[in-house]
Amino acid sequence: MKGIIVAMPQTEATMKKQTSAAPDSAVSVRNVSKNYGTVEALKNLSLEFPRGQLTSLLGPSGCGKTTLLKIIAGLLQPTSGRIEVNGAEVEGPGPDRAFVFQDFALLPWASVIRNVAFGLELRGVAKSERESIAERYIRDVGLTGFEHSYPHELSGGMRQRVGLARALSVDAQVLLLDEPFSAVDEQTRRKFQEDLLSLVKHENKTFIFVTHSIEEAVYVSDQIAILLPRPSRVSEIIRPTGFRHKDVDSIRRDPEYLDIVDQIWASLRSYVE
Amino acid sequence: MTVFGYRLPAMSSLLVWGLLWEIIGRLGLTFFIPPLSEVIGTLFEIIGTPAFLKALSETSYAFFSGVTISIVVGIPVGILMGKSRLLDELLLPWVNIFLSAPLTALVPVLMVLFGFGMTSIIITTTLFAIWIIILNARAGVMQINRSLVEMGRSFGASPLDAFFKIYLWAALPEILGGVRIGIIRAVKGVIIGQLLISIVGFGALFELYSSNFLMSHFWAVLIVLFALAFSISELLAYLERRVAYYAAKR
Repeated sequence: MKGIIVAMPQTEATMKKQTSAAPDSAVSVRNVSKNYGTVEALKNLSLEFPRGQLTSLLGPSGCGKTTLLKIIAGLLQPTSGRIEVNGAEVEGPGPDRAFVFQDFALLPWASVIRNVAFGLELRGVAKSERESIAERYIRDVGLTGFEHSYPHELSGGMRQRVGLARALSVDAQVLLLDEPFSAVDEQTRRKFQEDLLSLVKHENKTFIFVTHSIEEAVYVSDQIAILLPRPSRVSEIIRPTGFRHKDVDSIRRDPEYLDIVDQIWASLRSYVE
Repeated sequence: MTVFGYRLPAMSSLLVWGLLWEIIGRLGLTFFIPPLSEVIGTLFEIIGTPAFLKALSETSYAFFSGVTISIVVGIPVGILMGKSRLLDELLLPWVNIFLSAPLTALVPVLMVLFGFGMTSIIITTTLFAIWIIILNARAGVMQINRSLVEMGRSFGASPLDAFFKIYLWAALPEILGGVRIGIIRAVKGVIIGQLLISIVGFGALFELYSSNFLMSHFWAVLIVLFALAFSISELLAYLERRVAYYAAKR
């Protein structure tokens, strides 16, 4: 077992980055609970998200990972506890975070370029300026030539590229991705995962990624938080280290990758009906 | 449709019914049905007369006022009902009652309240049109995809932006459907108003022609009214088709 498994991720992050007392977290979740009536969806959950890295929230369905992501986004209010983004408490949605939706959430009546620029449009950025920014991100996600197409003319994978470009174009420091690849086909998903790795490398952003796929989490993550259900809590935090610098083609053959996948399955197995 | 391998143009069935009308008219079975050719002749005769133009302007004024009020009030009320549980609980029973109520029976009450003039006619027209517009706008808003609402919130849309840039467009196919049906009902409303409240506009012409047994005049005015109602409804149907490309994929 080469993967480092730590109970206290702060300690490890501190050692690794050689920073002073405070670990460099872009997002901190502090003792967050969320109740729906008498149902406890999240119970006293704490988690740190290191800056510039990708953290996955992984767990069986119903473990509250999407609830946690929406609380971080400010779309849901926690019953108790607090969320901090760059040290400031979250009270609602804000320009420091951008969301990528599972079902893309594109405006079906708007062209690709207007969809990508929509976040900027809501912020009152002038049309010519926001469109030139949008064009750049449309190119980055590989949709050049589709600027004036409409969502219904695109495949599922292409639509999610639009959703990704929209989140990137508002230049938020934290990107929240809610099972972004679950509605696209397997081959497209693999391409997305490779693109996501290069995005994490080249964009200096913090990624929080919800997924139910163990392989996907291990493939793309710097840190994996495993959530167990009823009520939801973080059961362990895994930081793959050995294969992160390897190129995209060799990761899936790396022994550490395979070990971590097996180990996660072993701990999740008993929670799957 | 194709018959014996020939493609028939749209609405060619009207030719068959027109021909039947002409034959029955020529047979002279009843004074009630003069030949279609005579009706059309009368139509062109009266269409430029001051009496006809006056009726047209009175009816259009009442009709467009009623429709405008219905749209300007009905769409926002429907959208608010779709967004607010409280408003919905308060207003929905009334909307449903008025939608199915025999509104003609209410017209005498309106006459007592608002007099025998244009006001009562416009209110009657509005009462015929507004309820279905409210209900459809409400239904349109209620089916808006939740993640589209969350998208607006997470990218920081102000309430006004969310309304004009997301909700209105997302509910537009249903809203246009409601406006189309509302307008058809408004045609009924305006004529009933003009027949019952004060004898003006096309209502007055119908009254005048039928009481004097001028059946070809009567039918000519009715055809004009059909044509106007049909054109407006088709215009709305055209707008509905313009948004159909996204209606199925929201």
